Amino acid sequence: MITEYKAVRDIIGPLMLVESVDGVRYNELAHVKLPDGRIRMGQVLEVEGRRALVQIFEGSRGIAPDDVKVRFLGHGLTMALSEDIIARAFNGVGEPIDHGPAIVPRKRVDINGSPINPTARDYPNEFIQTGISTIDGLNTLVRGQKLPLFSGSGLPHARVAAQIARQARVLGTGEGFAVVFCAMGITFEESEFFLNDFRETGALARSVLFINLAHDPVIERIAAPRTALATAEYLAFDLGMHVLVILIDMTNYCDALREISAARKEVPGRRGYPGYMYTDLSTLYERAGRIRGKSGSITQIPVLTMPDDDKTHPIPDLTGYITEGQIYISRALHGQGIYPPVDVLPSLSRLKDKGIGPKKTREDHSNALNQLYAAYSRGKNARELAVVLGESALTDTDRLFMKFADGFERGFVAQGERENRSIQETLDTGWRLMGGLPRAELKRVRPEILDKYWKAP
Amino acid sequence: MAEGKIEKVSGPLVIATGLTGAQMYEVVRVGVEHLFGEIIEVRAGRYSIQVYEDTSGLGPGAPVLATGQPLSVELGPGLMKAIYDGIQRPLAVMRAEGGDFISRGANVPALDRSARWRFVCAVAEGAEVAAGDVLGTVQETPIFAHKIMAPPGVKGRATGFRDVEATVDEPIGAIQTDSGRVEIRMLQTWPVRQGRAFARRLPPNRPLVTGQRVIDMFFPLTKGGTACVPGPFGSGKTVVQHQLAKWSDVDVVVYVGCGERGNEMTDVLMEMPELKDPRTGRPLIERTTLVANTSNMPVAAREASVFTGITLAEYFRDMGYDVALMADSTSRWAEAMREISGRLEEMPGEEGYPAYLASRIAGFYERAGRVRCLGSEEREGALSIIGAVSPPGGDLSDPVVQATLRVVKVFWGLDDGLAAQRHFPAINWLNSYSLYLDVTERVAAERVNAAWPEQRREAMSLLQREAELEELVRLIGVDALPASDRLVMLAAKMIREDFLHQNAFDAVDTFTSHPKQFLMLRNILEFYHKARKVFDGGAEVEEIAKLAVLEDIARAKLTPETDLGRFDEILKEIGRQLDALVVAGEENRSETSS
Ligand SMILES: Nc1ncnc2c1ncn2[C@@H]1O[C@H](COP(=O)(O)OP(=O)(O)OP(=O)(O)O)[C@@H](O)[C@H]1O
Ligand SMILES: [Mg+2]
Repeated sequence: MITEYKAVRDIIGPLMLVESVDGVRYNELAHVKLPDGRIRMGQVLEVEGRRALVQIFEGSRGIAPDDVKVRFLGHGLTMALSEDIIARAFNGVGEPIDHGPAIVPRKRVDINGSPINPTARDYPNEFIQTGISTIDGLNTLVRGQKLPLFSGSGLPHARVAAQIARQARVLGTGEGFAVVFCAMGITFEESEFFLNDFRETGALARSVLFINLAHDPVIERIAAPRTALATAEYLAFDLGMHVLVILIDMTNYCDALREISAARKEVPGRRGYPGYMYTDLSTLYERAGRIRGKSGSITQIPVLTMPDDDKTHPIPDLTGYITEGQIYISRALHGQGIYPPVDVLPSLSRLKDKGIGPKKTREDHSNALNQLYAAYSRGKNARELAVVLGESALTDTDRLFMKFADGFERGFVAQGERENRSIQETLDTGWRLMGGLPRAELKRVRPEILDKYWKAP
Repeated sequence: MAEGKIEKVSGPLVIATGLTGAQMYEVVRVGVEHLFGEIIEVRAGRYSIQVYEDTSGLGPGAPVLATGQPLSVELGPGLMKAIYDGIQRPLAVMRAEGGDFISRGANVPALDRSARWRFVCAVAEGAEVAAGDVLGTVQETPIFAHKIMAPPGVKGRATGFRDVEATVDEPIGAIQTDSGRVEIRMLQTWPVRQGRAFARRLPPNRPLVTGQRVIDMFFPLTKGGTACVPGPFGSGKTVVQHQLAKWSDVDVVVYVGCGERGNEMTDVLMEMPELKDPRTGRPLIERTTLVANTSNMPVAAREASVFTGITLAEYFRDMGYDVALMADSTSRWAEAMREISGRLEEMPGEEGYPAYLASRIAGFYERAGRVRCLGSEEREGALSIIGAVSPPGGDLSDPVVQATLRVVKVFWGLDDGLAAQRHFPAINWLNSYSLYLDVTERVAAERVNAAWPEQRREAMSLLQREAELEELVRLIGVDALPASDRLVMLAAKMIREDFLHQNAFDAVDTFTSHPKQFLMLRNILEFYHKARKVFDGGAEVEEIAKLAVLEDIARAKLTPETDLGRFDEILKEIGRQLDALVVAGEENRSETSS
């Protein structure tokens, strides 16, 4: 295992072909030693006979084939874990970057993890209160779910994600809670925004950070979410904590994947992304969940910026095919100065029904949710009609719905960045707004619920 | 058996040499951990092997062992209620032995070797038997009698069969053939890539009742038929598949989760034991077998999972049962083929899919059908296939969708727009189709009501008329529409909201019997007919649209199956309220004229 090889033949992008090797194995790690003694890490992507194709994590810049020595380590990429990782910051391959002490590992795990046996899963059904009405009220998040933010460039998704990280909690439990934050290819500024926020609010003390910034090696971006999720699994299933994982920005991750695929000269799929991107993404997103008989859980909030705001672009498309719903951040609402600009109509939490109701949130939640959604949808339609045909073309009832839609955007959707609404406040706000609608029009609500919660203003 | 050595490792693909004598599709064990693999190409002594487990840590020089066997499934008692991975390893047993995460190299037999089953003999001593003849049965669950059949290629006299309690691999009797004695065990195997034999094909001309109104009424499926459900993410493919798995009037369900979410399998696993089969009153899990190779499980095993599922389903069909197989999602299966093909450096076809994509898809759906089973007893079985398709961006020009549409007979097109309006099931009634309509309508007319076909036709033409009118409305506004067309719009809206819309998560609405479906639609259409009359008699559409009975019609979907008399009451109420409009109208007129 300690043989050093000098026979580097080709270097293409982050890939390096090493010849005359012996005993090299698929996916194992390699150390590439530069003439000045510095070491870059790499991983075996393919091995044939005595030739190994190695991808270099920090990139191949400055490597000359003749000067380097390559050593294969006999194991894949691992993360050193112990309780001490909390409140620490690491790079994409799990090395501390906060000048703190090295982690004395209690456990070392392969960052790729293993798939959860489907029979071991427990269904996510515990309500997480994020304090954001559009999420808690209409697109309820539950423990163990993966619910991405579908955003666009220039939109305040980072602020929304930070607010969720700051406020998220499960009602009536004192169980351990941690945030694993994984930055992929975002700017220093964006990253600082999160770090400052975590610092100011004390969230840092229960967070683990993995930072791969825009100027950091692309190839480490592929490892970063895996390292983060291996850490989350340790916190959740070894230490029994409830872990919220924020992955930002998945678009940069996918672009890194495309870059490597292109360097390998693979047959490109749609828009140049590799054909296996669905499988690759699922090996990240499917690491969310709960396990029967274990107290911890992993909830994921991946954040992605849709190129051109196009939801059929492969990145949001394949993400939507794997996650359990999506929250849309809307450019139109943002343009009107509404924060958080969540467009509730196309947003959906597929697991919401399992997390709401009498013992979880409130008895009226399900009815109120459906009615708010339907009323907003009708009000928005009326508003569009009014734009085309003039407000006079609307019926009296439709005018009320239009008014409701305006009020809904300003009173329900919009809230302060530091405003942490309880689910009661969220639902009560909804009822207050519905008070402006005729009772007979609230067809999605059962009469006894109407009796109890609906009041004309 | 030959032993070779690894030459190359590239993701799930391993190339080995030295496997002389090994055959295409033979199972091999790779590396010191004995990972499962299958030979999928042989070229000049280089054997390409797709490995069903993570290949990390494998390298050139590691051993590869041939087994002499093609990739096969185990068949016999113990299949019901089981959940398997793509190569039929029992996931529950793997969890008990290996923990919550799937570890590599697990070698666990599909059928429990220690379980003892009560075999009830059905052949007389010395009787002549041939392949497919039922030798006896095992009551595997209260609602599933597992028939033990004479294995393929065996013909002779039955000896030594009797009622006995045995494990699957103990002999339960023997068949004396021309070439010697063949011991019979309950356990049999069958290679997954080869369809099981039957006597002959029969036309799939009996309806498969799903309890889903838009399906049964407008785009019905038959026993032995094939259907596909394409749609973008979140449009309701999985919910449709789950609904069919729960409520189809079949004897056995095989559900294949192919490259989809782990939580969805958990959902099935947790719900099926709780839900009761409407026909037998027993938990649905007692007639269900699951194959779960989720998206994060090895991609080669995903490729195999569809074949594993269909072979199990064929085996149940051969017992003379009606079987339904759901595959969610066939696109993930096709993507697995694409990935392996790419690693083999095959010439890519459309969108990088291999050139044989269409023939593989056709070959899969061809394994559906209604058949006369092997065996001397007159036995008939049917296997229906319902495949979900997940095209990129919901675009139906996708090669997997197109290849599928060329073979299946029913197309349930899910519509993003409908899903966005929360109209579920989001099956687009304008572009979906079923080529089984003729036969299913004939049966429904006989069994339920002679007016079934006529009602369906009228409802569909109202919906089509609505679509045309909507185009107009967009241009000129609804007020500019003639009043009689506004009445059509009202009727179509009722069909959409009060009939087509069906909430899968409501305890009553989730399943609707054929008779109830008929009555629901009858009331809507009767309302429309009577409304037309009173309208012609001078009543205003706006007044008609305000009638309280509309609320009764809307809530009728929540009427329990045991209370279908309620529909006649509503019908009477429809008559009363519309007649009252006429009377009121006449009074008004007579007032104004006097
Ligand atoms: N019949 C139905 N009744 C009520 N809700 C439904 C129905 N069908 C679908 N839905 C809603 O739509 C959501 C998405 O449905 P489903 O999971 O079946 O989509 P899908 O097409 O399988 O998506 P994907 O391709 O991402 O797997 C469900 O979680 C549910 O909220
Ligand atoms: Mg699905």
